[in-house]
Amino acid sequence: MGRPLSAQEDTNRRMLRARDEMDRRYAEPLDVPTLAAIAHLSASQFGRVFKEVYGETPHRYLQRRRVERAMTLLRQTDRPVTDVAWDVGFASLGTFSRTFSNVVGCSPTEFRARHAPVAVPSCFIAAWTRPRERAGPAGAAGTAFSEKQEGVDAD
Amino acid sequence: MNTNHITSLHIRSVPVLDQDEALDFYTSHLGFEVRDDIDLGFMRWLTVGVPGQDTSILLELVGGPQHDETTAAQVRELVTKGALGGLFLTSSDVHATYAALRDAGVEITQEPVTQPYGTDFGIRDPFGNQIRINQFNDASPGEVQEAYEGTTAP
Repeated sequence: MGRPLSAQEDTNRRMLRARDEMDRRYAEPLDVPTLAAIAHLSASQFGRVFKEVYGETPHRYLQRRRVERAMTLLRQTDRPVTDVAWDVGFASLGTFSRTFSNVVGCSPTEFRARHAPVAVPSCFIAAWTRPRERAGPAGAAGTAFSEKQEGVDAD
Repeated sequence: MNTNHITSLHIRSVPVLDQDEALDFYTSHLGFEVRDDIDLGFMRWLTVGVPGQDTSILLELVGGPQHDETTAAQVRELVTKGALGGLFLTSSDVHATYAALRDAGVEITQEPVTQPYGTDFGIRDPFGNQIRINQFNDASPGEVQEAYEGTTAP
């Protein structure tokens, strides 16, 4: 037998369900009230509690999730960058490019060029494209975004 | 050449917060069989596994003899946040498995999606552990790598 969940553990579990919903529907418009309802919290509480549990705002988490998916699409497909932006849930190319650069450290086009298929051993490619230490303003990524209370994914 | 004589992965531990609840989930929903359920005095040694397969899973209660109170609280935090590892299972009919688990009310984290290596979906156990269930396609490891990286291993 185990002991009942503590209040914090129960909160974690509910926030995990909300985060899973973001993972599942990352490409769709998501709003705070929907996610808050999954976590059994008010919309005004949701962003604060999410950040307490996961260390970043739901908006930032969703951005990272979308960028992660965009990285895959940029590598695996030849879809135009604009289409990739739409595919992963961004409503504007400008916001996508800005967010992508903020998260990854280079533009979507640069990323695609670096990861284009090349007929050389993958170990060489890995060494060639290994991420470098980022310095300067781009490294302070998380502070550049403010949480929007109504739309988690509002651009 | 293998010089250390290790022959198999025998047991893998999964942290759980209630062993009875874990036993019900892993046997009733995932179809695992009980391998051991032994009262060791200081802990309950509870292992389950997929019928016909040797590897077992130890449903290990967080807060057992290996954890002091502070560490146990930290691990419970991580489990409930979904921050610890998970299991990767295979199915011979991933869509049927998905439908059965969905209909049983199991938490679905991702619907079945086609991947370079097959079709898989995600669930969570009652405590937050991630479980992915995959039906492999016929792609070779090299083909899977090529799908992801656009190149093949040397």
